[in-house]
Amino acid sequence: MTREFAIVWAHKGRLLEGFVNTIGLCVLATIIALVVAGPVTIALMARNRPISMLARGLVDGMRCIPFLLLAYIIYYGLPTLGIRFNNWTAGLSALVVYNASYMAEILRGAWASLPREHIDAGQAFGFSGWRLYRRIILPPILMACVPVLGNQTIQIIKDSAFLTIIAVPELTHEASAIQSMYYVPFAAFVGAVVLYWLLCRIVETLVGLIERRAEKRR
Amino acid sequence: MRAYDYFSLLQGAAVTISLSLTGILLGVPLGLALALIRWARVPLLSGAVAVYVSVLRATPLVTFILLVFFALPNVGIPIDPVPAAIAALAMNTSAFNCEIWRAALVDFPKTQLDAATAAGMTPGLAFRRIVFPQIWRASLPGLVNEMTLLIKSSPAIAVTGIVDITRAAVRIGAQTYEPLPPFLVAAALYFLVILGFVRAQRLIESHMDRKFGFA
Repeated sequence: MTREFAIVWAHKGRLLEGFVNTIGLCVLATIIALVVAGPVTIALMARNRPISMLARGLVDGMRCIPFLLLAYIIYYGLPTLGIRFNNWTAGLSALVVYNASYMAEILRGAWASLPREHIDAGQAFGFSGWRLYRRIILPPILMACVPVLGNQTIQIIKDSAFLTIIAVPELTHEASAIQSMYYVPFAAFVGAVVLYWLLCRIVETLVGLIERRAEKRR
Repeated sequence: MRAYDYFSLLQGAAVTISLSLTGILLGVPLGLALALIRWARVPLLSGAVAVYVSVLRATPLVTFILLVFFALPNVGIPIDPVPAAIAALAMNTSAFNCEIWRAALVDFPKTQLDAATAAGMTPGLAFRRIVFPQIWRASLPGLVNEMTLLIKSSPAIAVTGIVDITRAAVRIGAQTYEPLPPFLVAAALYFLVILGFVRAQRLIESHMDRKFGFA
């Protein structure tokens, strides 16, 4: 057993490379998904029926299928329609599309419970259009959603492990590579689990810090 | 897609449903047991459960199944794909279920427990007659939500060679060179499975509502 861990330790560079890729992928996916989720939320709340129904269809569709299926659709399915990705961009797009839908639903929930007077007051002060969203509607929604969005970020980290199946060189993929080369499954995957756990802890700590800052500014 | 392809997708659905259900049937009571250990603050065990829950909740299901399937034989415990998949699904969901049960237990009014003790109930009887009938109803929405999340991460079991809905769709796509139709049928199958769980929850709740006047 110690020999196994020694082998994994000797190849820690490879495991850390996968870890760094997982972090990069997840940070990018979280930021882009959050940016995409904004307009989707606005579309969900739109009074225009066709627009809101289109957004509703996208969000509900994503919430009904497994992440891996979406990754397969983007990686193997879309090329038959002439849209091509490499495994990295396919993985990132899948993470973004899938999680933006969940985030939009989270934001919609917070928006629906935002008091109408808050928006009325904003409009009375002359805010309208984009400035109304940016200054009046989005900030309290985002702040109210920080803990749930933190959970969604952890979900992104865990979804990203599926991307090993389409050969994205992330953490689980590198652990698999080390284990298949030296047959050290226990040490390799325990190493990966510890790193995932560490990453989730970091996210939880960050979320806690943001929450406390938001509380102070209120 | 030929008729046989639809048939193999349905076979995949049977695999996804049966393995997930087995995982749920083991994971829900296991989660309750873990939650009770933490709730009762059993020395040592309580801390171990906290670590178990924290690590499993942070571990991707794919990574965990790879660990169970490849590492157990390595440490002298031979395991087949199906038991490995069930064990991984059950352990994964038990960690989340533990937190759902625990939230309901923490919210449970202590005064009711005091009343039960005053009425001469043993802790076991008080749990069966007073605590459990209330916390399972409070936990039901969270538990069903976790069940749908488990279904959505269940394609991870394919790394052991098990052919579930997603893997069946990939195979058909590789044979026919037209991956989109089987993927869309697979998506529809998942939709139906998840709808089934949500419907079952509604049925149970409305049944409870009729029987007791509240859900």
